[in-house]
Amino acid sequence: MIITLINILILLITPFLMIGIIKKTKAFWAGRKGVSIFQPFWDFIRLMNKESVYSETTSWVFKFAPIVLFTTIFFASLFVPLATGTAIINIPFAFVIFSYVLGFGKFFALIGALDTGSSFEGMGASREACFSTIVEPAFFIAMGSIVALTKINSFENLKMITENAGIYGVLIITLAVITLFIMLLVEGCRVPVDDPTTHLELTMIHEVMILDNSGVDLGFITWGSAIKMFIIEALIAALIIPSGLPIWLSILAFLGIILIISISIGTIESSMARFRMTHVFEFIFIMSITALLILTLVTYKIYGN
Amino acid sequence: MNWLITENNKKINTYEIPIISIEDLRVEISNLRHRPIGFFGKQEYENVRLYVVLSDDKQGKLMITSVLFSAEEKAYESLTKDFPQFHIFEREFFEEFKIEPLNHPWLKPVRTNQDKYPFFEMKGEDVHEVAVGPIHAGVIEPGHFRFMCQGEKVYDLEIMLGYQNRGVEKLLLNGINNRLAESICGDSVISYNMAYSQVIEALSNTSITKRAEIIRRIALEMERVAIHIGDMGAIAGDIAYLMGASIFGTTRTLVINTMLEISGSRFGRGLIDVGGVNFDIDDKMSERIISMLNTVENYVDKTANVMLNMPSCTSRMERTGVVNKETTIALGGVGMAARASGINLDSRFDHHDIWYKRQSNTIDFKATGDVYSRCLLRYKEIKESIEMIKDFIKILKEHQDGLKTTINELTQNSLVISITEGWRGEVVHIGITGENSELIRYKIKDPSFNNWYMLAMAVRNNGISDFPLCNKSFNLSYCGNDL
Repeated sequence: MIITLINILILLITPFLMIGIIKKTKAFWAGRKGVSIFQPFWDFIRLMNKESVYSETTSWVFKFAPIVLFTTIFFASLFVPLATGTAIINIPFAFVIFSYVLGFGKFFALIGALDTGSSFEGMGASREACFSTIVEPAFFIAMGSIVALTKINSFENLKMITENAGIYGVLIITLAVITLFIMLLVEGCRVPVDDPTTHLELTMIHEVMILDNSGVDLGFITWGSAIKMFIIEALIAALIIPSGLPIWLSILAFLGIILIISISIGTIESSMARFRMTHVFEFIFIMSITALLILTLVTYKIYGN
Repeated sequence: MNWLITENNKKINTYEIPIISIEDLRVEISNLRHRPIGFFGKQEYENVRLYVVLSDDKQGKLMITSVLFSAEEKAYESLTKDFPQFHIFEREFFEEFKIEPLNHPWLKPVRTNQDKYPFFEMKGEDVHEVAVGPIHAGVIEPGHFRFMCQGEKVYDLEIMLGYQNRGVEKLLLNGINNRLAESICGDSVISYNMAYSQVIEALSNTSITKRAEIIRRIALEMERVAIHIGDMGAIAGDIAYLMGASIFGTTRTLVINTMLEISGSRFGRGLIDVGGVNFDIDDKMSERIISMLNTVENYVDKTANVMLNMPSCTSRMERTGVVNKETTIALGGVGMAARASGINLDSRFDHHDIWYKRQSNTIDFKATGDVYSRCLLRYKEIKESIEMIKDFIKILKEHQDGLKTTINELTQNSLVISITEGWRGEVVHIGITGENSELIRYKIKDPSFNNWYMLAMAVRNNGISDFPLCNKSFNLSYCGNDL
């Protein structure tokens, strides 16, 4: 019970801090003082106190989309192993539910964007849909392979790779971390895939889809996006942290990994330019390659010799 | 004689300007093949007199002639279909005097009538149009852009401007007003004010002190350095290269803050007046400028070398927004953008400004006409301008002949063409006086006026997401175009 409470608390609060740390890192590299790491939280409070403005051309879909988006992300996060190394809900084939619940939310985000009738949002929706179609199969191949390897069909199998694969385990974990990290950059809309700070509508991907959202809706969308990034980071943490650690150490290691990943995202954003839109696809395809390599290694481990 | 040959900043008598027929003009233009820098009308009683100014950049000469349209003549055969460089000039002339160039391929409004703008249309499957502006998400000026796209690919872009048409050419006739001249285009304060002052000084036979001439050129080059650095930062910002955006941003501040120390305005407003300059650069200030320039050069060198060589940055800039040499010549592109496409146009040297000496530096510049070459050229010009300022400061000591001279009365029936190479390109000011020594016509041509169509050509067949980058690499002026 207490463990679940700790997990839910971390799940709700850390995403704000994570965004704050990324911003602080970028400010550091730019030689600025930067805003406080709690600023994303104050921004959220500020948005909560505002009213939402709706365009006359929108229908109920537009109002419904942010609610669906946030709920699905929150629901999906319940299946992910969090700070203590255990998921809040532990059921078989959680990764299938995870993936499709997120997909359902994304579908609503897309039609919500199309509902505005703006040519910008249509463009953003088509880009987002296009990237997602590459990300999803890669994620499935990687997770499916790990399930086949460990014979455990929940996300907790991520911790059992070394037990099952021996020395190949290190290789599989490395590949899986790369796969998830690229997924994090795509889903989190970070440089080099997307530029979260740009004001140029024509170059945006995710940001352009929420141009018309305001107030409470926007607040929940930004919170949802932060949680989405956080749970992908949590999956990476689950890969790295071995099982059987004491709870306090596990929580410490988990938060440490979140911190390291956030700082690396900030550093990557500061040190490189964003890819040209056509090159983004090539970048995301790296995910498919690493996922297929995991599949090859697992096949070799199971059927080899 | 069909042409009157003149020079930059030289006063000529309006009665000496020949009047030829439009057919002769067409023949002359096709023989000479010089570049138009002025094509504007002037109401003379019920007639309209069309002045045509060509620039012979090789000889450093300007050629002027005129065509008279009587009140009944309301049309002529367009020059644009044979010489596309005239396209925007003819549109402007039509808008002002309603004399129609027949068979003009793009006879659309330039500055007025945005409500009835006849946009191109594209039909077919998967085709969509994206309309941007006139209100933009960023802090830029108003302008409407309409993209005709198939998916992410841009087939064509139409640019509709004119939202900032303030009628400055008419306002300038109300008397000598440097404060108005320098606020026409906020990022080219010095260039505009210098061109304006030169017109008035030439019209009034005033020769200003050498010290004032040098201080004006120091300010002009500082403006070039500051804006070029700012633009490189903006390009870095557009490709999400954070480091470049922040360092160039702070470096630009060093330059404009020095301008603040000189003139009390970060952009040099109030520095230049007709007859000279209002603020001196003494020895102490000279030292400050030189030490500032050394710091700036150091920052710019380091950051530009990283940015222009880093694969993730170059992959965004190379082969993006290409305008080739032929297109640039055909459209009459000028200034920095044209130089990046391989056309050697620089009025500082073409029209023999005695104060300027060509600088040699080691930057290997190849004009490829893409965003990369426009960025690299900016870096090269920053380096050159820094050297020029240092040279100017050296010779400043030798000229202690005061800052201002009193100006004489304007001469009657005169015309002066003044070209100043601002950071964007040639800023052309033309002033004409009447019988009573008063200004009766003032014409301004900003480099953006020629170059907006280059931007439209640059984005063809590029991804729509690369448009902001192309746009920033040109950084054209809206208010300079709208006037």
